[in-house]
Amino acid sequence: MRRVVVTGLGMVSPLGCGVEPTWKRILNGESGARRIESFDVSDLQTKIACTVVRGDGSNDSFNPDKWMEPKDQRKVDDFIIFGMAAAGQALDDANWHPETEEDKCATGTMIGSGIGGLNGIADTAILLKERGPRRVSPFFIPGRLINLASGYVSIAHGLKGPNHAVVTACSTGAHAVGDAARLIALGDADVMVAGGAESPISRIGIAGFNAARALSTGFNETPEKASRPYDKDRDGFVMGEGAGVLVLEELEHARRRGARIYAEVIGYGLSGDAYHITSPSPDGNGGFRSMSAALKRAGLTPSDLDYINAHGTSTPLGDEIELGAVERLLGNAASKVAMSSTKSSTGHLLGAAGAIEAIFAILAIRDNAVPPTINLDNPSVATAIDLVPHKAKQREVNVALSNSFGFGGTNASVIVRRLAS
Amino acid sequence: MSDIGERVKKIVVEHLGVEPEKVVDNASFIDDLGADSLDTVELVMAFEEEFGCEIPDDAAETILTVGDATKFLEKNAKS
Repeated sequence: MRRVVVTGLGMVSPLGCGVEPTWKRILNGESGARRIESFDVSDLQTKIACTVVRGDGSNDSFNPDKWMEPKDQRKVDDFIIFGMAAAGQALDDANWHPETEEDKCATGTMIGSGIGGLNGIADTAILLKERGPRRVSPFFIPGRLINLASGYVSIAHGLKGPNHAVVTACSTGAHAVGDAARLIALGDADVMVAGGAESPISRIGIAGFNAARALSTGFNETPEKASRPYDKDRDGFVMGEGAGVLVLEELEHARRRGARIYAEVIGYGLSGDAYHITSPSPDGNGGFRSMSAALKRAGLTPSDLDYINAHGTSTPLGDEIELGAVERLLGNAASKVAMSSTKSSTGHLLGAAGAIEAIFAILAIRDNAVPPTINLDNPSVATAIDLVPHKAKQREVNVALSNSFGFGGTNASVIVRRLAS
Repeated sequence: MSDIGERVKKIVVEHLGVEPEKVVDNASFIDDLGADSLDTVELVMAFEEEFGCEIPDDAAETILTVGDATKFLEKNAKS
């Protein structure tokens, strides 16, 4: 099979618009959680979220006008605008702007979302009820469909290769990276623009996840403390929004054009829990099997891993189950591996989480730095694994694994490795 | 330009994101102002909203230019 490398990165996150500002703030141990100001939260149990800061672009704020015409922004939910921004950044970063028909046809898109246009669906349902079907916009459907993030990116950049989208809840981003890498490995494309985008922060989104007992509710007055994976006081995840997009490329294609190569995607594993719609299987077997499959694909043993970017959402059940699965996987190698949850800083970006976290795993390799798990004051269980509490650490990272698990019992693990020069 | 003409022009500028100077009576929504078929559906909905009238599909199909819209609405506008 052909080898696949990462040549471009793009991101919109609660910590800033762009990969570098986000990464800098993560290494500084900052939190993107804040009080929700954009809608009424008085009757919601959760009043905080990791929101993307909108603005004119100064101080790393997100200026949507830079990425999409205002007349088009009106037609779509924010996940599409976030996806357009992250994809535009990633293509610029990779310096890949296909102009020939051959290059366009060799470049595809695979940007997924967990939920897609939730807000537009909710608003339009109210409009339909109050004012009738003649007031429903012709852009209602195309502005809400999950694969329209890929669709808009494909149209904007003339990408005529595979035009696909993943929908696997909170493992969407990781599945997109893994599946897109496989399309390249198998020769369906030479370049893929892959990742995830999500815009779930709304009254209906908060109400829905509150009803599922998934969100933190006890830190409304101290939002920056709410996302605290592995800590004994954790009480649910903090919802985030944004997008992460990677440019994946066949190794020789990247070398021929002299592209800067961040890392190689060497392993990808998938599994299903077959247990429960929202709860992970208590034995952690699903995560264990997806990590094992990724290692097998990579031809590595657990002791080859230097850093794991955990799924670690800060829910009471999930964190310890994943930790148990990782301990089982690592065995005696546990003490030499660092594992952190960057969701402690970014919150949980649902379908975009796996994509931004694959990017953090790649940056850990680039900078030989592991990001911290902030707010980890009192771990709820003892472990030999370094969970990197509070402060980032400099340490050699050549191989990194990123886990993402989703509702429906779906699991994905992606392994990236420094490319030997 | 009539008051209705000015209101039509404002809606077209907002919805299609075009320069106001380009929104002249004989400008075609699709050929001159960059609209696609979905944009024209939405434009008609916006005219209905602004002028408090219903524009049936067969009438909507004859509204191809800014002038067509103004002429139709000068006859049928309720608000």
